[in-house]
Amino acid sequence: MKAKKNDWVRIHSIVLNVGERAESLPEDTKKVPLEMWDKGFLLDDEAEIGQEVEIETYIGRKVKGKLIEINPYYKHDFGKSVPELLYIGRQAREILRK
Amino acid sequence: MIDNSYEGVMSRRPSIMKAAVGIDYSQFESGKISFDYERMMRETGYTLEEMQKIQAKMGVGNTPLLELRNITELARKFAPAGKGARIFLKDEACNPSGSFKARRAATACYHAKKLGFKGVIAATSGNYGAAVASQAAMQGLDCIIVQECYDSKGVGQPEIIEKARACEALGAEVLQLTVGPELFYTFLRLLEETGYFNASLYTPFGIAGVETLGYELAMQFREREGRDPDAVVVTNAGGGNLTGTARGLLKAGAESKIIAASVDLSGLHMASDNEFNKKSFTTGHTGFGIPFTTWPDRSDVPRSAARPLRYLDRYVTINQGSVFYMTELLAQLEGLERGPAGNTALACAFAVAQEMDENQIIVVQETEYTGAGKHINPQLTFAKENGIEILIGNPKDEIPGKNIILPENPSLVKITDLDVDKTRKSFIKNAVAKVEIDRVDERDLEFLIAETNSTKEFVEKALKNLNIEF
Repeated sequence: MKAKKNDWVRIHSIVLNVGERAESLPEDTKKVPLEMWDKGFLLDDEAEIGQEVEIETYIGRKVKGKLIEINPYYKHDFGKSVPELLYIGRQAREILRK
Repeated sequence: MIDNSYEGVMSRRPSIMKAAVGIDYSQFESGKISFDYERMMRETGYTLEEMQKIQAKMGVGNTPLLELRNITELARKFAPAGKGARIFLKDEACNPSGSFKARRAATACYHAKKLGFKGVIAATSGNYGAAVASQAAMQGLDCIIVQECYDSKGVGQPEIIEKARACEALGAEVLQLTVGPELFYTFLRLLEETGYFNASLYTPFGIAGVETLGYELAMQFREREGRDPDAVVVTNAGGGNLTGTARGLLKAGAESKIIAASVDLSGLHMASDNEFNKKSFTTGHTGFGIPFTTWPDRSDVPRSAARPLRYLDRYVTINQGSVFYMTELLAQLEGLERGPAGNTALACAFAVAQEMDENQIIVVQETEYTGAGKHINPQLTFAKENGIEILIGNPKDEIPGKNIILPENPSLVKITDLDVDKTRKSFIKNAVAKVEIDRVDERDLEFLIAETNSTKEFVEKALKNLNIEF
């Protein structure tokens, strides 16, 4: 998929590679880079997903990174049914009625 | 050429900070360990009246005080005869950004505007981000929020993702990072690049912004009940909520007991990539609460204005399952759907109320908004997806990072008391270790007494055990 100039996009980049990170990290965190995500309007004329691009963020900062999403949107929600919670209200109301 | 390596940027920290906060902290340093806290609060903060005026203009504060009659009745069913204090709740979710953090952000943004900054930056994964974004929008400032959001697989905590959404909805740029304390490095680079104001949670104006909450509590209770509350329970992480509330109560002349409350996440490492998504609370937990109480000066400013050990009378913890349970009860029995993290203090208050007399009053001083991601259902769904077992049983068996245990019945909602004297000793140990000295002078001694809210004898004994002369 191609993004055009001024499209609203999401980019990704590496801030610190393994080895460049702070000394006092837990072992598991030391083994992975520090990564970053940001959003903005594409400044390049056009770009494919995966290409290095430059964006202008909502407040006007210019940031470079790899194009990963066009018209990004939020996918978080109210989760799945959690049957484990269903006794709570019924039990408490029952106790109060007694 | 500017050195933008980790070490290079960190070495410029003092000068970047000084420019971005507008406070020369060195003027308040006194002894080797000590600094003049009250003078810092006086000279760089705002008076209570100024704060009330600023917040009123921004529609912040004066939130409703609600009596939780059904939850009180439920607590009394499990309390000894004559016990079961009345439980009240200050509904801080009614603030413009949905939490008490609007109070801190209102003054931080006001101050930034007054000093002529064009924008503000805050490093936060919590409600403070939405609060700064909201206040920046109101006061005509640009806003950048830096979040620690994802693990190395790109999986993010739903609660943090929701806050990113809220910040963007309010016109902020949101920069998201993977796990690690180098968030601070990115934060410093942004301050340097933009020349924006550091809307730190821990400046004197940020903390003074919460004083209005404590003051309002006293005034609301006096008007309604003709007396001050006997106990105020405060969810504790970085210590600002507790410090500000306690200072506000003191300014009103109230002598309520201050109880700090944190979710017990012992055993989980906060900077661990693997463990980041094994927890179901991103704030209000012991992973922040304990280190910030035993040494507050680990934040993004040289001297934190949040110093909880000065004010707390008691520190209790509770398991994750009990907080989710109480969040469900608040909705089911009181008709109030609020976010889980803000209900940490409520879960603790339910247990503490059962120790207190029926005619006494205990108040939970905050709530937070709820929404997609930031709600018991998505948070428990996320926990399950990360291999956490959700069980119904006795919360005392909960192991953070392994399971979440919902109390089988209300009698099992129990708190654990932290040994506050032990916390005080840790504070003294940390304070001495920071400066590597073998002798403290009179000023340092007095500072340590005030900081630990203890006595000369207590501090001297603790120093003696550390082989420090005085």
